Amino acid sequence: MKRRKFLSSLTNLTLLIISGSVVKTTLRGAVETYLTDTAGAKKRFTMGIQTQKCIGCGRCVTACKTENNVPEEPFYFRTWVEHYVVKKDDSVIVHSINGGSGEISENIKEHDVLRSFFVPKLCNHCENPPCVQVCPVGATFKTEDGIVLVDEDRCIGCSYCLQACPYGARYIRPATHIADKCTLCYHRIKKGLNPVCVEVCPTQARVFGDLESGASPLVRLKRMKNTHVLKPALNTEPKVFYTDLDGAVK
Amino acid sequence: MKKRVTGIPDPVLRLGIVFICFIGIVLFIRIVIIPSPLKETGSQRTSAIERELSREIYFAGSDICSDCHDEESALNRSGHHKYLSCETCHGPALEHTEDSEILPSAPREREFCSQCHTYNLSRPTGFPQIFPIAHNPLDPCISCHDPHDPKTPEIPGECSACHAQIERVKIGSPHFFLRCITCHETPEGHKIQPRLVSSTKPVEREFCATCHSTESRVEDTPKIDFLIHGEDYLCWQCHYPHRPEIEK
Repeated sequence: MKRRKFLSSLTNLTLLIISGSVVKTTLRGAVETYLTDTAGAKKRFTMGIQTQKCIGCGRCVTACKTENNVPEEPFYFRTWVEHYVVKKDDSVIVHSINGGSGEISENIKEHDVLRSFFVPKLCNHCENPPCVQVCPVGATFKTEDGIVLVDEDRCIGCSYCLQACPYGARYIRPATHIADKCTLCYHRIKKGLNPVCVEVCPTQARVFGDLESGASPLVRLKRMKNTHVLKPALNTEPKVFYTDLDGAVK
Repeated sequence: MKKRVTGIPDPVLRLGIVFICFIGIVLFIRIVIIPSPLKETGSQRTSAIERELSREIYFAGSDICSDCHDEESALNRSGHHKYLSCETCHGPALEHTEDSEILPSAPREREFCSQCHTYNLSRPTGFPQIFPIAHNPLDPCISCHDPHDPKTPEIPGECSACHAQIERVKIGSPHFFLRCITCHETPEGHKIQPRLVSSTKPVEREFCATCHSTESRVEDTPKIDFLIHGEDYLCWQCHYPHRPEIEK
């Protein structure tokens, strides 16, 4: 009799625990749905870049450094402008002197040039970010707005993410020795401002918007123009969209 | 041997004490030692997001500028610089919006304008570009152009003011001494509204033949018999007229 009572109470306890966890997950789901409904629709912030409009002035690079306290040295960038020169023998020269914010002329004979253009680059805020996957301490994460951020408290500065990023969008901050990258000016966009590179771009080569909103300039750009992403074969699903992207761009 | 107080067998009691100590240590580490941000298990990191949100803003955004500077803003919106944000030239100005004593920068030097407007072959066609060495050297740009509403102070006299790239290509070519209007008929309106009024291009073989056919009377030009030379093609399909030699 004692044994029977023990077994039955054990079964009851197990049932209670299981039902409790089920109720908890259901409640949490309901609360989350309620929160997202009340806070407005889900957002997916990102950027479009019209390469044919970029004049390579590098105002975005200097403004980004000011706004985000990026070190002045010419090898730390959250955004940079690449200068592509395709020569008549089909060789491609890519350079980015001082991130595109400094001198741009180079000793290339104009007669040898087939075509030439500028491509601004930044973190692509991938849907499947490899940097998030490789981080051994889970310091890099994706917010609900689709922006990839670095948690300074967790980052140990191991540089795995620098190796994993196919776009070279990251660097190690020399002062704190933690990884740093473009946040799409998270502190600005959440207050309704444009990212600073979009703000200062003189030719509207950069377009910022919310992919979920029908009225955003970015969705309009995607509707009107052919857009491409960088390195689509890697299945990282980048979210920075380029118009008139040349085949030589890597 | 101790007297058993609780009725629990001694080995179980000892094991129990060890077990409770272990749980206590784990709880101590979990609650006291590990900092709270590291305990978040979700993909959303509240603390990291809060830190990002609390970062200082330096650029105010151009919408706020027009609240006080409505005249400059309206002038700017009507001209060629209408897509420029105020802070592209004046620099970060959030401090200025809070305290009008702190003035943002107002660039006067040529180097600032030439960062965008120096000729570079990679810049898009149609974007206004100059050679700073040849274009009124040492004069500040603002002595002729108002940066809030930039216009050319006078109608350009030479074609090279806009078509500098072609002018440079022509320098090394046997066609250097030909004036642009020899081949291109250019209506006067082209200088004022270049996109609406376009100049012409010679399209027929006969035009080139006036100098280059064997029957031509013009001296010192390479002559060719137009009846047998490349009869199916137009001249420009093989020869680039601004630097005429056979393209390989």
